Amino acid sequence: MQFALLIYHSPAEFGMRKNDYNDPHLGAWRAYYKALVEAGVYVGANALEVPETGTTVRLKEGKRSVQDGPFADTKEQLAGFIILELPTVDAALEWAARCPGAAIGAVEVRPLAPEAMRRGFTG
Amino acid sequence: MNESNREDTHRTIERVARESYGRLVAYLSANTRDLGSAEDALSNALVAALTSWPRDGVPQNPEAWLLTTARHSFINQVRHRQVAEASEPTLLLSREDSAEMTLSPEFPDERLKLLFVCAHPAIDSAIHTPLMLQTVLGLDAARIAHTFLISPATMGQRLVRAKTKIRDGGIQFEVPQERELPQRLDAVLEAIYAAFGIGWDGMAGVDQRGRDLAEEAIWLARVLLQLMPGEAEVRGLLTLMLHCEARRAARRGPDGRYVPLLEQDSQQWSLALIEEAERHLAEASSRGRAGRFQLEAAIQSVHAERARSGRTEWAAIALFYEQLIRISPTLGTRTGYAAALGEAYGPEAGLAALDGIDPENVSAYQPYWAVRAHLLQRLGKTSEAANSFDRAIGLAEDPAVRQFLLQRRG
Repeated sequence: MQFALLIYHSPAEFGMRKNDYNDPHLGAWRAYYKALVEAGVYVGANALEVPETGTTVRLKEGKRSVQDGPFADTKEQLAGFIILELPTVDAALEWAARCPGAAIGAVEVRPLAPEAMRRGFTG
Repeated sequence: MNESNREDTHRTIERVARESYGRLVAYLSANTRDLGSAEDALSNALVAALTSWPRDGVPQNPEAWLLTTARHSFINQVRHRQVAEASEPTLLLSREDSAEMTLSPEFPDERLKLLFVCAHPAIDSAIHTPLMLQTVLGLDAARIAHTFLISPATMGQRLVRAKTKIRDGGIQFEVPQERELPQRLDAVLEAIYAAFGIGWDGMAGVDQRGRDLAEEAIWLARVLLQLMPGEAEVRGLLTLMLHCEARRAARRGPDGRYVPLLEQDSQQWSLALIEEAERHLAEASSRGRAGRFQLEAAIQSVHAERARSGRTEWAAIALFYEQLIRISPTLGTRTGYAAALGEAYGPEAGLAALDGIDPENVSAYQPYWAVRAHLLQRLGKTSEAANSFDRAIGLAEDPAVRQFLLQRRG
C-alpha cells in the first residue's frame, strides 16, 4: 500500500532555506532519505519551491482567473512530498514521526487512492 | 462558596478520580466484565461530583460517594441494554442490585484482576498497554493515541473493540492460576514497561516514545507491587524504571541538548530515587529468581554506581547482558550487549557482536546504527562511520537526538 507524506512548513522554516549544500539542516534530510531507501520503503519524493513562487489558476464560468501565490491562504504551506510503500498506516505514521519536517512543521500522512482508480486515469 | 474553595474542590475531585479510578472501574466491572459501561458510569459520577461537591461540600468518603453514584448509573445502563437486547433475563448484577446502596468504605480491590484482563492473551498485545492506561488510570483515548503514534479515532476504535471482546468473549476477571501465572504476569509487566518507553537512555539515540507516560507507568508498577508484593519481577520492573527516572534532569543540557548516559553529570541524578530502586532490587534478588526485568534493572544499577565510584563497570554490564540474551534475545538486548562489549573490550568486540545480528532486522532499528556509528568512529573508519551515522540520524525521531548525532558525525 502506498502512502504520501505531505510536508508542511511555516514561513520561518521556508525562510531558513539556504542554497548551501553543507547546511547541517540538509544533513538530517539526506540521512532520512538514506534510511528510507535502505529500509526498502522509498517510492519517490520531491521538494517544492517557496510558496510565493506559486501561481494559482482557475476557470470560473469559462473565464480565466489567475492569482499570485499558493492556493490556500494558510500559515503552513506544502513544502514537499514523499511516497512510501508500507504495509499499514501505523508504519507510515512511524516514518512520518522520524521525518525532520515533523519537528519543525507538520507531516500529513495520506494513503494514495486505490491502485485501480489511479490506473483509471493513467490508462 | 468562594472561588478558592471551588478550586480546592475541583482539585479534590481530580485527586480522587486519579487515585480511585482503577479501583472503581475494576470493582464495577468485575462481575459484568462490562468495562465500557463501568467507565461511562464513573464519568457520570464524576460529572455529578463536579456539580454537587462544590455546593454541598466534599463527602466524608469521596470514593464511596463516587461508587454509589456510579453504581446507580451503571445498573441503569446495564438494565437498559439487557432489556434492549432481551437476553439474559436475570441480571448479572445480583451483588450490586441489592436495594442497600449505602456502602462501607471498604470494598475489595479488584485492580489486579483488571490488570490481568487488560493483558489477556486473547486480546491483541498491541492494545494491552492502552487498555491499562485507560481502565486503570483513566487516561483518555486521545492522550494515549499521541503516545502510541496512532490516530485518536483509530485508538478509540481499538479500545472499544477490546472491551467488547472482554465483555462478550468470556474473558474471566481473575488472577491466573499458579501454573500460568509467570507467562501472564510477563504480559502485564511488558504492558507497563511499554507505557514507560522502551530503551530510555541505554545509548546514544534512543527511542523516546512513551516518555510522557513515565510517571503513570511507575504508578502502575507501584499498584502492581502493592497487590503482588512477593513477585521479584515486579520489583525488577519498578527498579528499572526508577533508575531511568532518577536521571531525568541529567538527560538534557540547559539548552535542551541531548546528553547520552555516559556524559551525564551524575551529580544531577536523583539519589532518593536511586536509593529506592536499590532497596527494591536487593529485596527482589533475595528471592533468588532472576528474570528479565531484574537483569535490566541490574544493568541500570551498575550505571547508577558511577554516582559513587566515578566509573562504569562495563564488564559487569556485559555479563548481565549475556544472561539477558539467554532469556530475551531481542534486538534491543543484543544491541545493548554489543555496546557494552565495545566499552569493556574495545570497538572490534562490539562490532563483531553487531555483525552477528541479521541485517534484515535492523533496517529500521535506530539504536543499532547509533552504536555501530560510534564503534566505527572509535576505530577511525570515518566514511563507514558517517554512513552508519546517516542511518541513525535518518531513523531518529527526537530532534535533540538527531542534532546530537549530526554533530558527532561531523
